[in-house]
Amino acid sequence: MADLVTLKIDDQEVSVPAGTLIVDAAKAIQNDIPVFCYHPKMDPVGMCRMCLVEVGTPRKDRETGEVIAEADGSPKIFYFPKLVTACTQPVSPGMAVKTNTKVVDDARKEVLEFLLTSHPLDCPICDKGGECPLQNLTMRHGPGNSRFLADEKKHLAKHVPLGDLIYLDRERCIQCARCVRFQEELVDDAVIGFKQRGRALQIVTLSEPGFDSKWSGNTTDICPVGALTTADFRFGARPWELQHSSSLCTECAVGCNTHLNTRRDGLSGDFVVKRVMPRQNEFVNEVWICDKGRFSHHFSTSPDRITVPMIRKNGKLQESSWDEALNLVADRVKDAQGSVSVIAGEVLANEDMRVLQQLANNAGGEAVAWPGVMGGAEQLAAVGAGVGTNFIDMGAGTAIVVIASDLDEEAPMWWMRVKQAADKMGATLDKSKATLIVANGRKTKLDRYANHSIRYAYGDEVNTMLALHHAANGDGAGLAADLAASDDETIKAAGQAISDAENVIVIYGREGLDYAGSSSLAQAAANMLIDGGNYGKPNNGLLGVLPKGNTGGAFALGIPAMADRAAAEVVGDAKVVIVAGADPVGDNDALPSGRFTVVSELFMTATAEMADVVLPAQSFVEREGSFTNSERRVQRFFPALPAKGQARPDWWAFGKIANAAGAMDKAPVAAGQIMQMLSKTAGAFSGIDYPALARVEEQWPDVGGEDKYYGGNAFKNTAGLGVQYATSAEQGVVPSKGDVAPLNSETGSLRAVATTLMYNRGTKIMKAQLLHPRLPEAHVEINANDAEKLGIADGDKVRVSVGDASAVVAANVNGKAPEGAVLVPQSLGTDVTFNGLKAATVVKA
Amino acid sequence: MFVELIKGMGTTLKHLFEEPVTVQYPEQRKPDKARFKGKHELKRYDNGLEKCIGCALCAAACPADAIFVQGAENSDEQRFSPGERYASVYEINMLRCIFCGYCEDACPTEAIVLESDYELSFYDRESAIYTKGMLLIPPPEGKPDTPMQVEPNSFDWSIPEMKDPS
Repeated sequence: MADLVTLKIDDQEVSVPAGTLIVDAAKAIQNDIPVFCYHPKMDPVGMCRMCLVEVGTPRKDRETGEVIAEADGSPKIFYFPKLVTACTQPVSPGMAVKTNTKVVDDARKEVLEFLLTSHPLDCPICDKGGECPLQNLTMRHGPGNSRFLADEKKHLAKHVPLGDLIYLDRERCIQCARCVRFQEELVDDAVIGFKQRGRALQIVTLSEPGFDSKWSGNTTDICPVGALTTADFRFGARPWELQHSSSLCTECAVGCNTHLNTRRDGLSGDFVVKRVMPRQNEFVNEVWICDKGRFSHHFSTSPDRITVPMIRKNGKLQESSWDEALNLVADRVKDAQGSVSVIAGEVLANEDMRVLQQLANNAGGEAVAWPGVMGGAEQLAAVGAGVGTNFIDMGAGTAIVVIASDLDEEAPMWWMRVKQAADKMGATLDKSKATLIVANGRKTKLDRYANHSIRYAYGDEVNTMLALHHAANGDGAGLAADLAASDDETIKAAGQAISDAENVIVIYGREGLDYAGSSSLAQAAANMLIDGGNYGKPNNGLLGVLPKGNTGGAFALGIPAMADRAAAEVVGDAKVVIVAGADPVGDNDALPSGRFTVVSELFMTATAEMADVVLPAQSFVEREGSFTNSERRVQRFFPALPAKGQARPDWWAFGKIANAAGAMDKAPVAAGQIMQMLSKTAGAFSGIDYPALARVEEQWPDVGGEDKYYGGNAFKNTAGLGVQYATSAEQGVVPSKGDVAPLNSETGSLRAVATTLMYNRGTKIMKAQLLHPRLPEAHVEINANDAEKLGIADGDKVRVSVGDASAVVAANVNGKAPEGAVLVPQSLGTDVTFNGLKAATVVKA
Repeated sequence: MFVELIKGMGTTLKHLFEEPVTVQYPEQRKPDKARFKGKHELKRYDNGLEKCIGCALCAAACPADAIFVQGAENSDEQRFSPGERYASVYEINMLRCIFCGYCEDACPTEAIVLESDYELSFYDRESAIYTKGMLLIPPPEGKPDTPMQVEPNSFDWSIPEMKDPS
């Protein structure tokens, strides 16, 4: 904790850490100094001049060195001759600030009058109207009249698409540069910028396609006027007409807190999600969300949703009642006499998984988590990142190791937060950087900020980790034979940085790794953390970049993973197969035929097409429940929309089935009841019930509420910060190192590496028409040398074959892939679905 | 007693020769008062464009929550109103409306006006919801109906210049 500085703001004393800016110090005592350009997450620039205040300091007598005092003995305050911008001026001891004098008030009036000289005042049609800082501050501080002539206002283009997702209204821009600074400082995508100067200053996009950033939506949140608005919400509703519910993003395992704004659609009469906004959680997503989370909500109201239960009769799926469907399934489960297999998707809520697990176990079968491609559950439970871990707190003395993951694509919010911890050109000037070590088979976006960039050949992930361990602690040797890599200078330096660091966080992924591979990598990383004593405390331990929204829930409940097995193998000879929230058939992992197959789904997936009974499931938007994120944080989501047709939550349907089949004493009647039951039993969720998950505490910076101008339009978190459950190390179990199994990957002159893209072509994201231009076509990345050998040029169509599957896709020869590796992004709508590293052939098509 | 009786009959007689106050509605109608507030009308500009820009300030001002507005975007090929936004859905629930006229006050384009039509009766609740088609006045004679195709960039300003209210 930095030293505290005491100052007086409007005669109210406040103590804040040295280096705090006046505007933040005032905010801490609820004195709202108006701002436009300042944002607490970014460096101050003092561009808008709205935060002008009177500032004075005590002065020392030059001769005596004594503080000059008033007659009553108190230090005499010498006010600066001119007003000072509160957003650029750090506090100093004894400082006095006046924020409510006539001079300050006049200055605010004049700044607003100038800003409005060219602001169109088309608030009635502006999407920002109603939650607009300029509108609010004009109402509060502005002059009633303008001395400028209205017809001298500039008229500029009002509908400028900066990209596919963001529109710019040039007239409304007040040139605060929040958006430009956000893109440069916080996400390092300098794809928008200023052109011209003075009154002619304009925002332009510098990229092709326009505004090519995964974070563009956030600029609309922090824009203090309606200059930047999203194409999604354009004229969707006025902000005050919206209904609010707290929710979570399920697109990746970060678990960003979101706020869903819903309203009845006047044309269809249905309630729809109008927009997704970030909900503040300084442990998870601060006040941001990525564009996938913001714009991919359209699946919830898609007309393709399954809305009625269906039973296969005479070879065709026909609508039925819930009673009929449930009774049929329950009878079949009973008749199967223990021969039941459950495949539970890692997108289901904790409550659904728990019910499915109980149904499977008590009916004599097993529930398996799908896709179940990520190992390391054990290690994460033992030495996972300690409770209270927060990337914001990671500064000097912390080493962050990211291995086998492209965070930018797999967990964008982690990318941003790790970047912030390592690259302190952004806000929080008082901290030095954390040490960032990035190890991957190729260069990723995170390498820009890495102190140590380690390049290994795909297949050497575990060896690299072992080598790092050796370099860091010396005694990592003996765990694996191949430590030749530890002679590498980069690894030595990285190892030194790890051993020097007080706190060590290892983030491991699964790029080029199958289940067994990621398990080995997790073990190797865990061993290093255990040797270094970096576990069981905040900002220390292991984090996995989990593949799905609630893989963490499957880990917490101890549901075994598919673990590189084919679905047919997992199902075995089970007579009844229950699949919920999973589509193995769609991923070319066929289910055996001739079984009684029950599928609970949102859409008619390939698996649902072949099912005997299809149950309409509710999406997380329509129901309540909880998810567990990659950091073991259990968080609640709340219903935002009414149920779609007859859709019901999975826990409800399978609870009824379990009850009727004798696998559960009582069918649960509420999601909270299942969590309550879990909270009373030993395990990850012990002591975690809904009230605990709904607890909130004061968060800094203060966003939401009335003052939309301070932290942007992110919503205040009123629905719960969630609970991070403790690792076994924190509960007193001394972790022990384990054996690291060597990687057993396929060999070949050309090997395919399964990679993950944020913008893929999954079932849910494809329902968002708006995002289609942003979604890449199916492609692979090939190294230039390999391409030359194969006679392939950039952009050529090639046939890629991995195992039995093959597809014709575009080949990108742009330096992304290392030699000998073909990067095959998954979920782009081709049949080439695999995990890890496989022998591949590529021929020109 | 007789005196009173005659007095009373006299009054009756007197009224017999007075003009009746009863109006034979609906054959006869009283003239509208200038400030009468009846059914709403959505007005148009002289060129046929709708004045309503779908800003929903009327709905915000409505104390009875009787108005539902949903906006959508204009284009020069499909133009409903000047500027970028128009009302794709405009509904007033006449059972809820209390004819206070706040919507008229709130309207930034003088699009909604409470006119003199008071013949509002319905057989069911649903038909009490007046849609945009029922509220919008027909275009002036000889002018096209909306949506209309217009010269590009000729109507990019939503809010007309208003007379000073003071």
